[in-house]
Parts: sequence; C-alpha cells; structure tokens
Amino acid sequence: MSMSMDRLFNSIIFPGLKETIVMHLVSCAACFVIGLVFAILLVTTDSRGLRPNKIVYGIVSTIINVLRSVPFLILIIAIIPLTRAVCGTVIGTNAAIFGITIAASPMVARLLESSFKEVNPALIEAARSFGANDFQITYYIIIKEAVPSAVTNMTMAVVNVLGYTAMAGVVGAGGLGAVALTYGYQNFDDLVMYSTVVVLIIMVQIIQWVGNKIYEKVK
Amino acid sequence: MIEIKDLYKQFGNTPVLQGINIEIKDGDIYGLVGVSGAGKSTLLRCINGLLPFEKGSLKVDGVNIQTLNGKKLREFRSTIGMIFQQFSLLERMNVLDNVCLPMRCLKYDKKKMLEKAMENLELVGLADRTKALPRELSGGQKQRVAIARAMALEPRILLCDEATSALDPNITQSILELLKKINRESNITIVVVTHQMEVVKNVCNKMSILSQGKLTISGEVKDIFLNHPESLAELLGQSVEFPKKEGKVYVEILKSAQGKDGENVISKMALAVKVPFDIVWGGMDKYRDDIAGNLVVEFEESDWEAVKKFLETKNADWRLV
Repeated sequence: MSMSMDRLFNSIIFPGLKETIVMHLVSCAACFVIGLVFAILLVTTDSRGLRPNKIVYGIVSTIINVLRSVPFLILIIAIIPLTRAVCGTVIGTNAAIFGITIAASPMVARLLESSFKEVNPALIEAARSFGANDFQITYYIIIKEAVPSAVTNMTMAVVNVLGYTAMAGVVGAGGLGAVALTYGYQNFDDLVMYSTVVVLIIMVQIIQWVGNKIYEKVK
Repeated sequence: MIEIKDLYKQFGNTPVLQGINIEIKDGDIYGLVGVSGAGKSTLLRCINGLLPFEKGSLKVDGVNIQTLNGKKLREFRSTIGMIFQQFSLLERMNVLDNVCLPMRCLKYDKKKMLEKAMENLELVGLADRTKALPRELSGGQKQRVAIARAMALEPRILLCDEATSALDPNITQSILELLKKINRESNITIVVVTHQMEVVKNVCNKMSILSQGKLTISGEVKDIFLNHPESLAELLGQSVEFPKKEGKVYVEILKSAQGKDGENVISKMALAVKVPFDIVWGGMDKYRDDIAGNLVVEFEESDWEAVKKFLETKNADWRLV
C-alpha cells in the first residue's frame, strides 16, 4: 500500500537523506585523510620514490590490496568484531562510518597514489637541484602539482563512497539504503524504492558537477 | 672551479662515464658536447650531486661532493643553479611563485624573497608577467623564468641541460645572449650541455666532447672547431666532401676578427710565390665574441713547398685539409 507523498518525504526520505549525508561526509573526510597518508607512504617508499623502502611499500601495498580484494558487503560483515570493539555497536551511523572508512580508504589511497605518480619526475629533479628537502618536494611538487588529477579521482571516490553508504543499509546502517531496503524492497513499495533511487541519482549528479567545477578552477 | 678527475659512473652494469677528466675555471662558459647517450647530462648531474658516481673525484671550489650528504648536500646544491630542456616549471604556480620557490624552500624572509624574485624577473625581461601561469608563456619565456628561478639563490655555477634544444633559432639566440650577460655581469661559471654546435660556438669559451662515456677532446672552442674538425665528425653528421684531385694540395687559411690582422696573406702569396691556385670553398663562423673566416685553396703538389715556406714566414693560420 502506497503512502502519501508528504509522509513519504517528510517521515522517510528526508530523515534517510540526512543520515546518508552525515555518513557520506564523515566517511569521505576520514577516507581522504587515511587515503592521503597511505598514498604519500606509497609514493615515497616506491622504488622510484624519494625514500625507496621495499619493506614499508610491500606492507602498505599488501594491506591495501587485501582490503580492496574483498567485496564491500562481505568486508563490512567480516569486520563486525572490529567494528563492535571500536564503536561498541555494529548498527547505526557510527558503525557504518567505521566500516565504510575501512573499505573505501584503500581505494582512495590507490587513486591518490596514481595522481601523485602522474607528476612529472623532471619537476622533482628540478626541486632537488635547488636544494628542496623531501618534505618540501612532497608538499610543493608531488601534492600541489597533482591537485587537478586528484580532484578528478576524488570525485570518483566520493561517488563510490555514496554507493557504499547505500549498501551499508543492508547491514544495519540507516540512510537511504535502509529506507530503500525496509520500506521499498521488503514492503513492496515501488514509490519509496524509486524515490530513493532518484534522490541518489540527483546526489551523484551534484557531486559530479561540483567535482567538475573544482577541476576547472584548479587545473 | 670544478675539478673532475678520473670519474666513472654506471647505471646497473652499463658504464655511462669512463674516466672523465675535466677542469672548469671560474667564469668559464664550458660546453659539454656529445650525441644522445654520450653521458653529458649524466656528467652534469654528477656536478651538483643529483647523481652519485662510483669512482673518481669531483670537487667544486675544493669541496669533494662525495663527502656531502643529507642537509650539507642540499645546501651545496642551493649554490648551483640548474635549467632544463623542458623548463621544469610548476604548472600550477604563477611566474612569481615559481621564481620564489627555491627561496621559500630555503626559508628566505618574505620581503627579501619578493625583492630578489622581481630583480631576477627584470634581469630576464619578464617583470610584467609575474601573475602569468607557465601555460600562458612561450617556450623562450618559460626558459627565462627557469633562469630567473635558477638564479634566485645567487648561485656560483649555472648548469644548463640542453636548455635551448626545445627552442627555435631566434629564441635560442636570445637565451644565449642572456646567459652571456649573466656570465659577464655576475661572473658565474656556466656549464652548457648541448648537442647543438651553434650553441657551443656562440656562447662557450671552452668545451669537451664526449663519445660513449669517454672524453675525446677538451680545449678552447675555436681551436677545436678550426684545428680538430675530425673530433666533431660524430656530432656534425655526414658533411659534403669536396672531391680532391690527384696531384693537388688543399690548404685552409683562417682569419679571425680578433686574430692577426693586416697580413693580406692570400693576395701577397699570389704576388710573392707566383704559383697558380684555385679557391675551392670558404665560410665564416661566429665563436662567442669572435668571428672567424676560412678559405680553402687548391695548389699543384709541386708548388706546395714554396707556398708552405711563404705561409710560415707570414706566420699565417693555416692547415692542410
């Protein structure tokens, strides 16, 4: 049985949207910070990096590969004990943010790593020629010159994380994913189901538009 | 002064530099010349410690660079400027920020940094383009910004790695004039790596030729071009050879704007020796601040001894071709 549009949006879609936005923003911020640290570690310790270190590179790269090998839904279930230990619960927004961060940070790290590796090595050599240290080279050359490419890659990552927030609804997170699952799929309510789909489509369009605008500004 | 003694460098098992000995004096504009893969860019990177080497010694103003590492090596590098073929400017920084970057890395005071950057941009003629991004500049302008950046830390030595190879002839000429001006006004030693013979002739006073990692010849540029042309064969490629005839001798008579003058060698030879000769070919070349002309004349072999005696008495610049 279908509900009124007013009730649908005010009682179900908007609260779900609010939860999704919170989960999405916090997860993206956490993924970006963790991904950036790992990406810098990877490019710095790479065999052609500023401080080549096979052991550090191997460990970081393996952790990332392992986490990226496991499909999101399986990973978020597999790390339930860890989620419980860290968050005290396995359901709700906080638990979902933790799971999404564990799952999406390796992807963000690889995307940023590929952006950093696109930076022309001649620029690094030029910076070394005038006496820049490794920190200055990383900041002024590797990170700053990679910004346009990183913006494109991060736009893609932000869209992917939005997908993760929706999927997290399956395992107890709130948000639009849970709305679509409980009200739409389990109650056979197509209006709810397709309303959430439309809202997600609009969100992705907005993210891509903002990403393109930022790229135009920073390139 | 840069003193390179018996320097060996290899990449993996491939030898790149084999027993290089070069001495570059303060104020020289020194050309390192060779075909691609000769090892000249590698040698240049050994001078400022960007590349280590396996054997030999390399001293800059008495400092053995192999003894430097970490902070000391970075401080040493800041006394040597470097410019590159593809300019190596940061695409997302404007002209002023690019020039300021070395000073920012060395934590210069902001006011001093901006003053020095503007001074250098005026030196290279780009003081009105401070806000421009590199992509808004021509190749020549980009290289000028790179020169301003390389000069930011007031280096004693400027290394130029194929700095004009990506530029057209007119722009190349203006960049070379700028390098000469910097050398003249600041007495900076400049080491120029190039495969362009015109660049060496135009700007360098001394040169070394490298071939397959070995030094083939070193000396004054004009002397090598005029008296050892065989050493340039690999660099100049296939040249047109005049078909020499049996029983004839071919002599090249040289004259330079700053050399001996007033000898009228050829006309006096015609009057004094009274032997028939033909003019075969002639040319003119610019060497830094000198211009040298050459004329090749053909004699009968039987007349050669008399001609030789005359040339020797006149103390003329000549060589057999």
